[in-house]
Amino acid sequence: MKEQKSLPEFSETDTIAVVVNGHLCERQVPVRLLLSDFLRHELHLTGTHIGCEHGVCGCCTVLLDGDAVRSCLMLAVQADGMAITTIEGLAGNRDQMHPIQQAFQQKHGLQCGFCTPGIIMTVYAMLQEHPDPTEQEIRHELSGNLCRCTGYQNIVESVKLAAELLREQHLEVN
Amino acid sequence: MATRWFGAPVQRNEDPRFLRGRGTYVDDIDLPETLQAAVLRSPYAHARIVGIDASAARSLPGVHLVLTAADLGDVLEPSPLLVPHHALTQPRTQLPLALEEVRYVGEAVAFVVADSRYIAEDALELIDVEYEPLPVVHSLEIASTPGAPLVHEDVQGNAAAHLVQVVGNPDEVIASAPHVVRETLQMERGAAMPMECRGIVARWDPYEGMLTCWISTQGPIPIRNGLAAIFHLPEHKVRVIAPDVGGGFGTKIMMFYPEEILAPFAAIQLGRPVKWIEDRRENFISSNQERGQIHEVEYAFDDQGVLLAVRDLFLHDTGAYTPYGIIVPIITACSLPGPYRLKHYYSDFTVLYTNKVPVSPYRGAGRPHAVFIMERVMDCIARELDMDRLEVRSRNFIQPDEFPWDVGLVYQDGGPTKYDSGNYQAALDKLKLMLDYDNFPAKQAEARKQGRYLGIGVGYYVEGTSIGPYEGARVRVETDGRVFASTGVTTQGQAHYTTFAQIVADQLGITPQDVMVTTGDSQSFYWGVGTFASRAATVAGSAMHLAAIKVREKIKSIAADLFEASPEDIELADGKVFVTDAPHRALTLGQMAIKANPLRYTYGENARRLAAMDLAAPRPGPALPPERGGPGLEADAFYSPPHGSFASGVHGAIIEVDPTTGMVSFVKYAAVHDCGRLINPMVVEGQVHGGVAQGIGGAFFERLAFDEEGQLINASFMDYLIPTAAEIPTIAVDHIETPSPLNPLGVKGAGEAGVIPVPALFASAVDDALSPFGLRVREMPLHPCLLYKLLQESRS
Repeated sequence: MKEQKSLPEFSETDTIAVVVNGHLCERQVPVRLLLSDFLRHELHLTGTHIGCEHGVCGCCTVLLDGDAVRSCLMLAVQADGMAITTIEGLAGNRDQMHPIQQAFQQKHGLQCGFCTPGIIMTVYAMLQEHPDPTEQEIRHELSGNLCRCTGYQNIVESVKLAAELLREQHLEVN
Repeated sequence: MATRWFGAPVQRNEDPRFLRGRGTYVDDIDLPETLQAAVLRSPYAHARIVGIDASAARSLPGVHLVLTAADLGDVLEPSPLLVPHHALTQPRTQLPLALEEVRYVGEAVAFVVADSRYIAEDALELIDVEYEPLPVVHSLEIASTPGAPLVHEDVQGNAAAHLVQVVGNPDEVIASAPHVVRETLQMERGAAMPMECRGIVARWDPYEGMLTCWISTQGPIPIRNGLAAIFHLPEHKVRVIAPDVGGGFGTKIMMFYPEEILAPFAAIQLGRPVKWIEDRRENFISSNQERGQIHEVEYAFDDQGVLLAVRDLFLHDTGAYTPYGIIVPIITACSLPGPYRLKHYYSDFTVLYTNKVPVSPYRGAGRPHAVFIMERVMDCIARELDMDRLEVRSRNFIQPDEFPWDVGLVYQDGGPTKYDSGNYQAALDKLKLMLDYDNFPAKQAEARKQGRYLGIGVGYYVEGTSIGPYEGARVRVETDGRVFASTGVTTQGQAHYTTFAQIVADQLGITPQDVMVTTGDSQSFYWGVGTFASRAATVAGSAMHLAAIKVREKIKSIAADLFEASPEDIELADGKVFVTDAPHRALTLGQMAIKANPLRYTYGENARRLAAMDLAAPRPGPALPPERGGPGLEADAFYSPPHGSFASGVHGAIIEVDPTTGMVSFVKYAAVHDCGRLINPMVVEGQVHGGVAQGIGGAFFERLAFDEEGQLINASFMDYLIPTAAEIPTIAVDHIETPSPLNPLGVKGAGEAGVIPVPALFASAVDDALSPFGLRVREMPLHPCLLYKLLQESRS
């Protein structure tokens, strides 16, 4: 005989407050809701993509209090009280691109575009910490993000250019 | 023409959208009231369905619909056979939901629609399916064993198809040849793994009687045609859109995947939009796969290294069904001769059913296997005769003055396997320089003294691309001067929004940024086939070119009237239209568009300026003279190639093998590629890079592993290893351009090329690196453990 299946109890909800791309959002969410689903389907920030839902491909990478994390490996309730930056929040001005985004266009660092937001968020965090990375460091840092289109070569070139653009910008500011 | 965009490394029009997170992939489409679906899949590779009890699932709060086969009415029909063939005597296609039997792990059994995906997945847990397991055919070896279990009980020997093609007199030549070698070579399955899995949103509008589906697909127009037939709707009341698609690599040209029928069925029944998004685990067990083949190849050659004849018998694993006919093994058979003058060739393949995910084309589509076989043959000839491996290839090349070269086989499109152009030695010469081939033996010897094992390998391929039947395009200049260009093919990252814009811009004297391209929306362009077989740039690109020429000619004719000049004296440049010797008196393209549409009321700045210009009055007679062919600056055009065009290329690599671990690293990688004239070299090089990375995966990392029960035991990215930036080397790319004489642009397909020669060159390089151990690679893909094992075997 098959064992009798019972209905799961997953209806519990909780209220969270997060700052997303500079805006405070308060929402009541199911406790089992993934952070990635919260961003995409509750806040409609669909630039964060889901490629594997087991934390390997890196498509869902966002910044959580400044660190690059996989939003598919977290529950939304775990982000309560934290600040999140998604691809939509990277460039301050709606019509401008961040130097990393500009570099990716110039160096053809994307094709289908699906992995791109996650890669750019990873690169943003990387360049904050290592403003002048070697190629080997870039490849190592990117190894947590899968891309099936580019063969990574032009992504690596994009990161090199982005680092250069950001250093120039830094010099101008100072 | 002021500027020629064709051939320039133009930056992509589509990038700003993608880079800002404003792409619209299918899961990004959130219509009001949308319900979410999940699929219950078979946990058995082969079983009889004794009964299904979905009552608990149906009563779960939040569940709107649970579908099993019994609920589908007349929609419970096997999916159409896409490409019938006389040799495919036992075709079998899949039902949208399994009725009496499941034939692979992952086959759809039930479809749940609920308020959220979370609830839909809860409901899957509540569906009780009683299965009676049946014997499993988990491999080609089992499938071909006499008395083996049957995947379909009415298909004897599991044989779906058997096709023999013969060129020349192979038996005679082999019987009398000075050297004959026979060996078994095989390739195991891999998978496309686009970063975006499959998905669909289906919306039924009862007021308009209109079904709209957004599908992550490579073929929306044929899906539109099929859905209309399945749901008894007029074709124009079905709209299928491929929105932004996050990679396809062939796996999304398959139709119909069950969900593409089930989601519209549910949407019509519920009167609410239904969304189904495939997750990665599902992608591993329900999106089609490819590659599995076993070849018994016998080949004859003379003392000079000239290949005399090949006899190749192979088994092709089609999985549980044949939705895509026998396209893949036909391509293998036709691609095997490659760039070589093979005059005597016996090709014989048998397509076998197995209890595994169905097979349809994946980037390369049968070609990596063929190239692996032929390049193994070339290496073996070199070894047997103690000749240089590249010299053997040179002695067998088809020469530039021998084109068109008819291989003598019927290609996948039913046309001839006829090479239109090529220059094989020129590409090899370039590659030798890029690899510093002549100095490699000294470096290799030096490294071996230090206990390091370096090897060099090459892989040469000829690739049939750009097949028919046709594609079309519409080009229209709008009144603000921007240009709308639309075609039925889809784009999954190939830069069509840019390359098609370059083609149109050249004809209309504008920039690619002025051209707004739409692809894969059946309402924007009604006709077409799809993006596969490396055909979009060639076939749809040629149609774009022809449509843009028609619009240009219309502009010239109208401008000639307005300026009271002759059409031959009208020039289009920098977005303006003028008489050649009077460029100061010009109309913009937008003004021309207004003039081409003889309305009483016109709007905007362009119209106001027009009114102030001193232009010729309309001729007497109809406002729209018949010879204009209609209002506006719009034209449709179609292009149908006489047969496929054949691109080619050669890749080479220097690798280092660590014999203590079986790990391989790349020292150098170079590719010389010939896809005829390049529309955008930046884009083509990107395609090659990506293909090579996928090829490296398919040669050394990505091997789908099924156990004896037919379970895929590495169905996650933790276990099925897609190469990362740390594994893929820098790839040097150079080009040869032998224009295709078959189309007006002189182009050939480029999308699949990169992946094709990689297993072949990898095997060649591994053999070379490990030649002190006498190793010969006979299977693909390798991985470090397998290479280590082969090394242990050859040592003992």
